[in-house]
Amino acid sequence: MHFSFAISGFVGLYLFMLAGFGGWVIIGNVPAILHTPLMSGSNFVHGIVVVGAVFVMLNATNPAEQAIGFFAVLLGAGNAAGGYAVTDRMLAMFQTSGHAAAHKTAKRSSIKKAAKGSGS
Amino acid sequence: MLTLISQLIPGAAYLLAAILFMYGLKQMSSPVSAPAGIRLAGVGMLIAVLASFFNVFGVKAAAKPHLMVNIILAGVAILLGAGAAWWKGRQVKMTAMPQMVAIYNGMGGGAAATIAAVELLGFGSEGMTRLIVTLTGAVIGAVSLSGSIIAWAKLDEVMKKPLRFKGQNLVNIFMLLITVGVAAYFVYIVASGTAPILSLHAIIAIFFGCALVFGVMMTLPIGGADMPVVISIYNAATGLAVALEGYVLQNPALMIAGMVVGAAGTLLTLLMAKAMNRSVSNVLFSDFGAESKHKHSAIKGTERPVEASDAAIFMRYAKSVIVIPGYGLAVSQGQEKLYEFVKLLLAAGVKVRFAIHPVAGRMPGQMDVLLAEAGVPYDLIFQLSDINDDFPTTDVALVIGANDVVNPAARTDKSSPVYGMPILDADKARHCYVIKRGQGKGYAGVENALFYAPNTNMVYGDAAAVCAEMIEAVRGLGAAAA
Repeated sequence: MHFSFAISGFVGLYLFMLAGFGGWVIIGNVPAILHTPLMSGSNFVHGIVVVGAVFVMLNATNPAEQAIGFFAVLLGAGNAAGGYAVTDRMLAMFQTSGHAAAHKTAKRSSIKKAAKGSGS
Repeated sequence: MLTLISQLIPGAAYLLAAILFMYGLKQMSSPVSAPAGIRLAGVGMLIAVLASFFNVFGVKAAAKPHLMVNIILAGVAILLGAGAAWWKGRQVKMTAMPQMVAIYNGMGGGAAATIAAVELLGFGSEGMTRLIVTLTGAVIGAVSLSGSIIAWAKLDEVMKKPLRFKGQNLVNIFMLLITVGVAAYFVYIVASGTAPILSLHAIIAIFFGCALVFGVMMTLPIGGADMPVVISIYNAATGLAVALEGYVLQNPALMIAGMVVGAAGTLLTLLMAKAMNRSVSNVLFSDFGAESKHKHSAIKGTERPVEASDAAIFMRYAKSVIVIPGYGLAVSQGQEKLYEFVKLLLAAGVKVRFAIHPVAGRMPGQMDVLLAEAGVPYDLIFQLSDINDDFPTTDVALVIGANDVVNPAARTDKSSPVYGMPILDADKARHCYVIKRGQGKGYAGVENALFYAPNTNMVYGDAAAVCAEMIEAVRGLGAAAA
């Protein structure tokens, strides 16, 4: 059994197409009130680049590659950690008022549904 | 066996991380589940980063002698980068959030570009497709890096005026062509095996230099008001660069996460541009926000200033009030005072709601975050499309530190630069109070006819100070009654 695989040519394009479509659909449902946390949250997600940077760093074979690789990891780690820190801070601030205000627009009711779904 | 570990563990971890990222972002579509969503994504990130170190068992033979040093360097870089960014991210003010996102985004673009640089340095015979993908990702990442830094400088007001000169677009296109040309030359050298005119290192350096300069040049002429759209574009660009480098490194986690962000960022950019009624190319290539050359149609009438206390008492006895906060409120840090005043009105039985324009603040949704920080519950906060029809039946529209987003010229005056932008119809409310620092123009530099309208009164002063006075006035009223 082996677990190595190669993503080449069209397989890569399929992956891009599906992931892109997924991102588009997922984000399409986010209400405007969350646009800033969302921008910052998606900014955090591309911090995954740090994983690639670590891979490159570990495979460095000379001082030039080591130096550049070091910067790659530094920048990628900053992206991930900083993105998480600000997004988490922003989202922690959103709270609902205790009194059940009568907003019966579709958007609001979907929020309430989500509230029930998350259970906390 | 060791090779198996180096494939199995990271492979499984990346799959898990990809699932957590997608699910976490999905959870972020509601304020209730959003905090859990970002935490899930955070767990995914942690797992992926830890798993990436299992690659030590599968490094290529040439790197084996350096492995110990490499592991230490990677560990130190993670601690330094993550530590500094975390510390800064925890203590930065909420009003400075857009700049911060710009910087973190630039870091991601820079990471993608530096990964590409290492790949190019050691490029052997991996094939033309991978070389071209590496170079494409490198350009996008580098442009995102330098562009984001300029965006940061503009938002942080380190750089105040957009820099423009004649034929700028031509120069930028020329710059891009040079970058592409150098990249094409690099491909040619590798493909044909001919001796390059300069050393390969020099060509790579020139290539990155050109891409970085292009990013700077492209961002310099764009005005501060358009920066949210620009950051969003660079956010999508970084995602794309990460996805492309993920393909080069054969890492599906980078490919999926990068592409999800690429698509999400693109959609967000389009939504924002739509909210401002401008096309994305118009944001990037026109000189919006420059001192307009043509004269605006002169606005008739005079501004009618009133005292803060009079405004407060009028609102206390109104039936309904819609508050329209703008960036001026955030500048004076008046959100908490404003909410205190609103709470007094609510206690007195006035129906108070907040109306948020999509581009209020300097980032879409930033005003929502700032109000949330002050404790305003989000069910009092309404977006433009949900509340705009209610203005004609509302007693008072309270405009506080906002300007362009309530400018009626956007509906009527075709010569106005803001023409066509959807606005909050504050002018249609029965009465309108505008709290403003002084007689001046908004961020877009346009006169506002609302301030001269017969049912509008102006309250001049710092937003926080005016709110404090209004609180005093309403409290004094309560005391007098008791």
